[in-house]
Amino acid sequence: MSILVDQDTRLIVQGLTGREGTFHTLQCVRYGTRVVAGVTPGKGGTVHEGIPVFNGMAQACREAGGNASAIFVPPAVAADAIMEAVDAGVDLVVCITEGIPTLDMIKVRRFMAGKKSRLIGPNCPGIISPGKCKIGIMPGAIHREGPVGVISRSGTLTYEAVQQLSSRGIGQSTCIGIGGDPIIGTSFVDALRLFKEDPGTEAIVLIGEIGGTAEEAAARYVRSHLSKPVVGFIAGQTAPPGRRMGHAGAIISGGQGTAEEKIRLMEECGLQVARSPADIGETTARILPGSSS
Amino acid sequence: MKIHEFQAKAILSDHGVPVPRGKVADSKEKAREIASDLGGLVVVKAQIHAGGRGKGGGVRLARSPEEAQEVADSILGMQLVTHQTGPEGQSVKRVLVEEGLKIQREFYLGIAIDRDAGKVVVMASREGGVEIEKVAAETPDLILKEPVEPGLGLTPFQARKLAFGLDLPARLVPDAVRFMLALYRAFQDTDASLAEVNPLLLTEDGRLYALDAKINFDDNALYRHPHVRHLRDTDEEDPSEIEAGKHGLNYIKLDGNVGCMVNGAGLAMATMDIIKLAGGSPANFLDVGGGATAEQVRNAFGIILSDANVKAVLINIFGGIMRCDIVARGVVEAAKAMQLEVPIVVRLEGTNLEQGREILEASGLSLTVASGMQDAAEKVVRLASRSMA
Repeated sequence: MSILVDQDTRLIVQGLTGREGTFHTLQCVRYGTRVVAGVTPGKGGTVHEGIPVFNGMAQACREAGGNASAIFVPPAVAADAIMEAVDAGVDLVVCITEGIPTLDMIKVRRFMAGKKSRLIGPNCPGIISPGKCKIGIMPGAIHREGPVGVISRSGTLTYEAVQQLSSRGIGQSTCIGIGGDPIIGTSFVDALRLFKEDPGTEAIVLIGEIGGTAEEAAARYVRSHLSKPVVGFIAGQTAPPGRRMGHAGAIISGGQGTAEEKIRLMEECGLQVARSPADIGETTARILPGSSS
Repeated sequence: MKIHEFQAKAILSDHGVPVPRGKVADSKEKAREIASDLGGLVVVKAQIHAGGRGKGGGVRLARSPEEAQEVADSILGMQLVTHQTGPEGQSVKRVLVEEGLKIQREFYLGIAIDRDAGKVVVMASREGGVEIEKVAAETPDLILKEPVEPGLGLTPFQARKLAFGLDLPARLVPDAVRFMLALYRAFQDTDASLAEVNPLLLTEDGRLYALDAKINFDDNALYRHPHVRHLRDTDEEDPSEIEAGKHGLNYIKLDGNVGCMVNGAGLAMATMDIIKLAGGSPANFLDVGGGATAEQVRNAFGIILSDANVKAVLINIFGGIMRCDIVARGVVEAAKAMQLEVPIVVRLEGTNLEQGREILEASGLSLTVASGMQDAAEKVVRLASRSMA
């Protein structure tokens, strides 16, 4: 089983005809994702790499029957693209774009209130349900089907963790990159809630980093709502305060958001914390129900 | 992006926030002239980005133009050390000379982003003039907060709530409301990520001023604010970080001896962590971005090795969709072109891993190939400590 995306997902790609959009869409198609349409304003009516292109999301949804969108447009127009997808009524919007202004994302969050769409990202690798559907830029080949849900704020560090799992024969139900920005659509807690309800997910790996308080909220949620085992990791144990570590969200400020504080609370809330990034796979192997070790 | 106090005050003033009369000076003569124009008591304030300037001796009173000249002379050119500058301090190139005002009370007023709520939040406190982080940690009840409805902006009733919450006399509340609305407009119009007035001053004769001001901007929004982008002062930044930025590299200098080159911010942080766990100390954070081309790798080498403390370098690239053989060729090309002298440990992951390793091993360079993060960290820490001895 899996959450949010599977073989029934019908994907529309916003920004299909751009360089990044084309490259990653073809990777998704090769993985098995059903891409039903692309949207590029002004190129409606054309066909790109065998995929029909429309001028807008509403038309693409209506005519191609999509239920999810992936966004590969430049940051200055990405917030508008998210709102267009939400307005068209797709269930899931996955925004890969990095560098969207924060005040734009605040408007997006307000626009989405009360609407049915879920946003993943922005500034994220996307989401994959191994063997079923991949929406995003992650390498499909490192994944395998299985019982572990993965939630992460970063990209390549998620690949690292997934590879550690797969090489131990531990597959994944769904892996979600929630994004490294201060304002995102799906939080750790949102993703935990979805994995809680998924019978195919037996354990969860949660990869956080310094900055903000999202990992703390996730730890508290695990303590009060989850009986499935959860492995935690926090990147940035050596990061100095006041410096933004790449991700706009990854900054320790006002004594808040330190790795020590997050790790302490995670352990207090019953998560199994991997101190070293090399131990994420091993720690998961230990806690997985029915595992031999 | 950060700016200086005098720049922040100019932005606030343009938006209708009252600030003390004053001007910026880059020489003692200019400081004297400004003090003479202002007349009476003046304050001379060092203009550096870091906070805590007063405690470090960067903010001083002067009773006459002559004294202002003397004070400016002693502050200009000094290496001002505060709790935010690090032990080496920051060189002072400019001072702000302002009229001295008689203090009745000091408040705190700030606007920031509440990540969890996904909203802008306006904060006010009766505990002004002190570190607000301390107030937040020790007496959080003393910080009043109003979340701003996106699209609507800060409303007058919210500003009124804050003003009455500060125990301001009723006759001053309309001024305070105007002050807060103006500060909010400045925040919104410039895509700020933080705007702080600390202290917000109530003078003896019942007027409100932004006595100090700090504005940080959202880097992602600078493209639509060219006038803000112009305010960047590269003297306040590390030269190697500026150089890295030109090449699209995300680099932060630290004080260890193991240089790191990693793709992706999360993996870069995790790599620093595992170096520490292996008993070493990272010299930097460096994210080469998604594509590790030969040119990017060469640029990254240049920046990492400009730090003389670096005794060994760890390259940790999780190729993902990128092929390892291409990354390996990039590393070899760059290493040959630069005639590297420090030992390099390379850990590659992704498709065509075997070919990548073969290219590294056949290069004839003193590259150590590692498998996995643990192995890579142990090897690079050992090499760094050996070349120290």
